[in-house]
Amino acid sequence: MSSASKSPWLLHYNASSCNGCDIEILAALTPVYDVERFGIINTGNPAHADIFVVTGGVNEQNKAVLKNIYDQIPEPKVVVAVGICASSGGVFRECYNISGGVDTIIPVDVYVPGCSVRPEALIEGIVKALGVLEEKRAAMEAKK
Amino acid sequence: MDIMFIVGAVLFLILAPILGGLLTGCDRVLTARFQSRVGPPLLQPFYDVAKLWHKEKAFSNPVEIIFTTAYLVLIAFSGAMLATGGNLLFVFFSLALAHTFLILAAYSANAPYAHIGAERELLSVMILEPILILFAAGCFLVTGSFDTYHMLIQDVPGIIYLPGVFIVFIAVLTLKLRKSPFDISTSHHAHQELVKGVTSSLSGRSLAKVEIAHWYEMMIFLSMILLFFAGYPVLSAVAIILVFLLEIVIDNIFPRVTWKMTVKSLWIVTLVFGVGNIVVLGILGGIV
Repeated sequence: MSSASKSPWLLHYNASSCNGCDIEILAALTPVYDVERFGIINTGNPAHADIFVVTGGVNEQNKAVLKNIYDQIPEPKVVVAVGICASSGGVFRECYNISGGVDTIIPVDVYVPGCSVRPEALIEGIVKALGVLEEKRAAMEAKK
Repeated sequence: MDIMFIVGAVLFLILAPILGGLLTGCDRVLTARFQSRVGPPLLQPFYDVAKLWHKEKAFSNPVEIIFTTAYLVLIAFSGAMLATGGNLLFVFFSLALAHTFLILAAYSANAPYAHIGAERELLSVMILEPILILFAAGCFLVTGSFDTYHMLIQDVPGIIYLPGVFIVFIAVLTLKLRKSPFDISTSHHAHQELVKGVTSSLSGRSLAKVEIAHWYEMMIFLSMILLFFAGYPVLSAVAIILVFLLEIVIDNIFPRVTWKMTVKSLWIVTLVFGVGNIVVLGILGGIV
């Protein structure tokens, strides 16, 4: 395990979520679940982030915002789609203004389904993302 | 210059970031325990910096490489000056110059949060500089010299003559360690008002350099406590540990204040205790 997966800093973006998953994300970041055990910090700043946590099905209004934030995160980075809307569009999939999941705009590495997700599932998803982060870091090193 | 001084400077340059990182780790674990959490591993600050060092090189403005490097080098240089028993005024001025480079790094990015952070950092340098000079003046009144070396070879520890200045120093330390309530320009707490303020546009190695510089600065200010307890190593160590614990407690129980409150509260403490202390010393004719 390298330093990449020992210090994952999170960035959370709500791409037209109903706030159900967002509340669960905030719950997972409270002292009760203590994600700082894994070195996880909620940064709120793309320049500092490693793991991009996105909720919601992404509508026409925030497509560009989502892409912009993604581009601002330096490599290696991992995208976690949280909730069924972010994973596939959920019940909103057929809506005229919904893209139908985060992976229609940016590449997604880990899907955490649920409506809304449980904090335990979310933490497991993040820990899974650490493995992906590790692989990406190794690929980056090999490229050098 | 004595060979001991050179050894002291080299030791400081090597040991300060290690001790600074470990202290930051202790801080994070203790803060977690305050909130009934387990908290991160003790070595977490080192993992963070190692990770940042291996991140992709992404700059909002490439000139930040020069500014952040200058910040780190100047802070390390100030620390080395202090460790060699150098001139206290010189140390303070080179620290102020270091912070100017950090402010320039923040201004070089075209980002509003970085700019507000830079403005507040500038403000904190401006609040702090006269207070630090007051501290140096106190040392001068006691020893007749601005050299920290003379403060260290005193028979009577400085705290006897400068108790008020010591109280001011603790208040200053809160701002210098970027602890609440004076963490107005940036802070180590997750998600805050300014999204990390002065460092918000820095990433990867630039941010790692700022972090290492912060460890150096932390050690510079904590080791200045030695000046108050010179000649009593055990007492000095106890004082440093107690002051550091006090800072963590203060950090955990006070919310951040506005910049106006920062100016007012720091200067009220300074005028009452610091200036009072210096005036009394002056009336008594100084020690020398």
